Amino acid sequence: MIKAILIFNNHGKPRLIRFYQYFAEDMQQQIIRETFHLVSKRDDNVCNFLEGGSLIGGSDYKLIYRHYATLYFVFCVDSSESELGILDLIQVSVIIVNVCFHVQVFVETLDKCFENVCELDLIFHMDKVHYILQEVVMGGMVLETNMNEIVAQVELQNRMEKSEGGLSAAPARAVSAVKNMNLPEIPRNINIGDINIKVPSLSPF
Amino acid sequence: MPAVSKGDGMRGLAVFISDIRNCKSKEAEIKRINKELANIRSKFKGDKALDGYSKKKYVCKLLFIFLLGHDIDFGHMEAVNLLSSNKYTEKQIGYLFISVLVNSNSDLIRLINNAIKNDLSSRNPTFMNLALHCIANVGSREMAEAFAADVPRILVAGDTMDSVKQSAALCLLRLNRTSPDLIPMGEWTSRVVHLLNDQHLGVVTAATSLIITLAQKNPDDFKTSVSLAVARLSRIVTSASTDLQDYTYYFVAAPWLSVKLLRLLQCYPPPEDAAIRGRLTECLETILNKAQEPPKSKKVQHSNAKNAVLFEAISLIIHHDSEPTLLVRACNQLGQFLQHRETNLRYLALESMCTLASSEFSHEAVKTHIETVINALKTERDVSVRQRAVDLLYAMCDRSNAKQIVAEMLSYLETADYSIREEIVLKVAILAEKYAVEYTWYVDTILNLIRIAGDYVSEEVWYRVIQIVINRDDVQGYAAKTVFEALQAPACHENLVKVGGYILGEFGNLIAGDPRSSPLIQFNLLHSKFHLCSVPTRALLLSAYVKFINLFPEVKGTIQEVLRSDSQLRNADVELQQRAVEYLRLSCIASTDILATVLEEMPPFPERESSILAKLKKKKGSGTVSDVEDTRKERNTNVNGSTDHTTATTNTKPSPSSFVSDLLAAAPPPTNRPRPVPSSSILHMPLSPLSPQAYAVHSAAPLTPFYQVTSSPSSDLLGLGNSSAVNSGSPPAASNAASLLVDVFSESLPVAPLGTASAPIIEENFSRFVCKNNGVLYENQLLQIGLKSEFRQNLGRMYVFYGNKTSTQFLNFSASVVCHEPLNAQLNVHTKTADPVVDGGAQLQQILNIECLSDFVEAPVLNINFRYGGSVQNIAVRLPVTLNKFFQPTEMMSQDFFQRWKQLSDPQQEVQKIFKAKHSMDTEITKAKIIGFGTALLDGVDPNPSNFVGAGVIHTKTIQVGCLLRLEPNTQAQMYRLTLRTSRGSVSQRLCDLLSEQF
Repeated sequence: MIKAILIFNNHGKPRLIRFYQYFAEDMQQQIIRETFHLVSKRDDNVCNFLEGGSLIGGSDYKLIYRHYATLYFVFCVDSSESELGILDLIQVSVIIVNVCFHVQVFVETLDKCFENVCELDLIFHMDKVHYILQEVVMGGMVLETNMNEIVAQVELQNRMEKSEGGLSAAPARAVSAVKNMNLPEIPRNINIGDINIKVPSLSPF
Repeated sequence: MPAVSKGDGMRGLAVFISDIRNCKSKEAEIKRINKELANIRSKFKGDKALDGYSKKKYVCKLLFIFLLGHDIDFGHMEAVNLLSSNKYTEKQIGYLFISVLVNSNSDLIRLINNAIKNDLSSRNPTFMNLALHCIANVGSREMAEAFAADVPRILVAGDTMDSVKQSAALCLLRLNRTSPDLIPMGEWTSRVVHLLNDQHLGVVTAATSLIITLAQKNPDDFKTSVSLAVARLSRIVTSASTDLQDYTYYFVAAPWLSVKLLRLLQCYPPPEDAAIRGRLTECLETILNKAQEPPKSKKVQHSNAKNAVLFEAISLIIHHDSEPTLLVRACNQLGQFLQHRETNLRYLALESMCTLASSEFSHEAVKTHIETVINALKTERDVSVRQRAVDLLYAMCDRSNAKQIVAEMLSYLETADYSIREEIVLKVAILAEKYAVEYTWYVDTILNLIRIAGDYVSEEVWYRVIQIVINRDDVQGYAAKTVFEALQAPACHENLVKVGGYILGEFGNLIAGDPRSSPLIQFNLLHSKFHLCSVPTRALLLSAYVKFINLFPEVKGTIQEVLRSDSQLRNADVELQQRAVEYLRLSCIASTDILATVLEEMPPFPERESSILAKLKKKKGSGTVSDVEDTRKERNTNVNGSTDHTTATTNTKPSPSSFVSDLLAAAPPPTNRPRPVPSSSILHMPLSPLSPQAYAVHSAAPLTPFYQVTSSPSSDLLGLGNSSAVNSGSPPAASNAASLLVDVFSESLPVAPLGTASAPIIEENFSRFVCKNNGVLYENQLLQIGLKSEFRQNLGRMYVFYGNKTSTQFLNFSASVVCHEPLNAQLNVHTKTADPVVDGGAQLQQILNIECLSDFVEAPVLNINFRYGGSVQNIAVRLPVTLNKFFQPTEMMSQDFFQRWKQLSDPQQEVQKIFKAKHSMDTEITKAKIIGFGTALLDGVDPNPSNFVGAGVIHTKTIQVGCLLRLEPNTQAQMYRLTLRTSRGSVSQRLCDLLSEQF
């Protein structure tokens, strides 16, 4: 079971937190700090698994994490989950977040770009990211791993939003709006390199 | 582009977020947030009804504020309103808010549950999914109660959409995990198993997760899932990857489902049906074969997915532990991974191999990788990986490679991360003991351990080395020589001083023949460390010194000199002072024979489970680290529901405690002297209870006041002090030992201060409780004992509160009540066992149930033992259970009173006492005391109004004793006359004694 999903940036600022077991609010914040402390002191290129901190349950739990340019994605799991499986799940989630946010922006996208993640997407569309994650993890259990299925679900959501005259265009618009604001940390990691896959037909994955 | 009708509103959110991000300081951020919170609050409270869209926006802002670590205590109501909206986006944000900010307000929960119920029955799959997600994410008991029936129904209904089925399966799984008692098995159970055959792989994956959890709890109900799972797995593994289009992930067919199916199979033993078993073996072989094929993609996702399946297959092979060929193949595969360039794979390989090492089929195969693992320990950059390497070395260790592995672990210890040092120390200590061929090697290893990582060597480790040295004659001389050499180092760890002091005190004579380690040199060496050590170590050294007096009469003078110095005799620490005084006294007055008897060499310790192992189990949980040979057994019990955590902890508790008491039973003479048989039997019984005679003889010893502060070291010395066993019945040998001891002292010592074998009984507050039931019974610098009691007829209940006044834990805490002859036939005291640990600053409550069988005189004794820091504390307090507690007051008229008074005119029935007032003679206080004593205070009975008259009945199980009393104060003389008349002379006497102390 996944006990918590924590996403924070290189400075430990939370960008998305989701606990699947009840913790009081201040405990949640302490867990985030502890986890950040454990994860951030590790070099890149070391292994992606480590024993959980004492607040979240100690050595009975593992932290499985990936570090992207500015963000850490940490899943805290018990022994019933496959480590490599969760590691890939993180990747799947990131790819889907990118597909959902950038498919309109970059009509043709690329594998490389999708393997990174833009912090601003998370900040400005926290709710959307929650919805996407919800299609992947439900109540601490992995719900769906098939990317096409997940993307289809998210697109269904988008269509419903559109039909309600809502926000479907908001993500893209907000990103472009924000681009012109004076922001301290504009991500530099979205580079558009060679293009070799097409989205949303994701079968080559 | 879609319509922009309200899209601008979200700009409000974006602007708010940008504002926050542009804040230059934490203060500015908090200011901005508070402004926004005030704004939202006023919007929510405002008269104007908000439209759904605005609510959505504000709720979204609240979520963002919450993410930043601010408490959100409102908005739940608005979120609940959003749930009942017909607009998908509004419903969605409502559910999100509720799942992230779970609230336990019951009114709110009722509203939420209503909304969920509506959505579940809406037949709109999107809404149903949202509702199921919310149930799963919150997973509270209330929700389990509300939806225990709905969710299984949705799961197995024929017309449910696949995506809803998927959600329903996981939702049910979540509810089953949080409140299994609320989710009864039903006819849906069998239908769930058949979901394994579903067309939709997403449904199968979710169902498999559900079945794994259910099968762990009710293996029999889900047995049929084994054959279905094997069939499904076989189809996936052998299919060309194109068959499973969407679920093929980087050229690996349905890796998630494969992993889950392999997990499910680990809930069961190997299938009995040969055909199914063959099919499964074929699958596992195919998976192992695929690992050898060249990768179909260079992407890490491909190898991850492939290896996730592979590791799970290996886990299953290890779990079945029945196919030697598969086990060896698995081991070889893991061996390859040990050298893989991917750190993750090396980590997982080390972890899997740990379990493989415990299989008899593959243990040898695992051992062939020892060099690789040692190399990993030395070269891995990542501490997580190194820790796995330590675990594996521990698991693969046996007699053939123990020396190498222990040496490698010791050398790694010098540079190991602080976080894992203690664990490594424990592991080295266990391996060294378990696989020691020569005990000299064992002693060397432990001393090295203390030298390299003394701070991480817990008490259990050094206790254990002493235990072993005491029990093994052949190693004692070597041990003495080795510690003597180790102590030569200018700076030694305190743990080494402890071991050194103990061992030289016992076996220093074995090396005294060498002029380089003559008695005086040994003593000077130990004493040179004395001033640098903590109190418990100094106390231990003092014991070693007194043993030296016995071992080496030639240094007696020197040692007495040391003991006599002010820094010892007047040490501020009471324990040290007491030891110095008593040891000095002992050495002065006892004859050589007595000394030899009292300070005899320690008897061997009883063999028992290593306390170190118990500690390691406790530290790690036995599932992860356990005794190498036990691992398999434990793993098997793990299959269906893990229970071994509890057994591990129950194992740990008793052994350290008895271990300590054994150690404290220290006291020996040289081996070259024949052992007097009877006295060794004393020392063989460190836990033997004391007979009451022994108590009685010595409780009036001259040193008594001295003892009242802490435990008696002389009792430690004699190994009799541990009264924790007083309640453990009284084996016949006990009184032998005790009376023998009495003989020893009564023959040779006119004054026998050292015979006081237990803490004296403290009675100072006893009389204060005669007329009241609550208060503080005893208090010293460590412990406070409070009482609350109530009595009715012949029954009573007493709540005893033990308050730990220190910041350190009390360990091995025990409190028992002793009723000596003849009290044990007059009073039943039933004690509930107290918790063995009292945390610093905490209070422990113990309940005593008391039954009065007949009238009695003595009061029971409460014995308390615990370990504080290094020393064992014994406290014995007289418990204020007195006869008058079983009074029932009786009201009567003047006439009746005098009639009865006359009836009790037998001289034995009346007891009278005239005594001087100790307190001021206040009428009100006196009245309160008589009422508190238990009788009714009868007004207007006595012709003289300044006299007090009372009446009551003492209730015991066998008899009832009516009782009349009269108290006549004489204020001028400051005297009282107290008269008691009861039907039993003994009762009159006792009551008179009790009450006369009160005025």
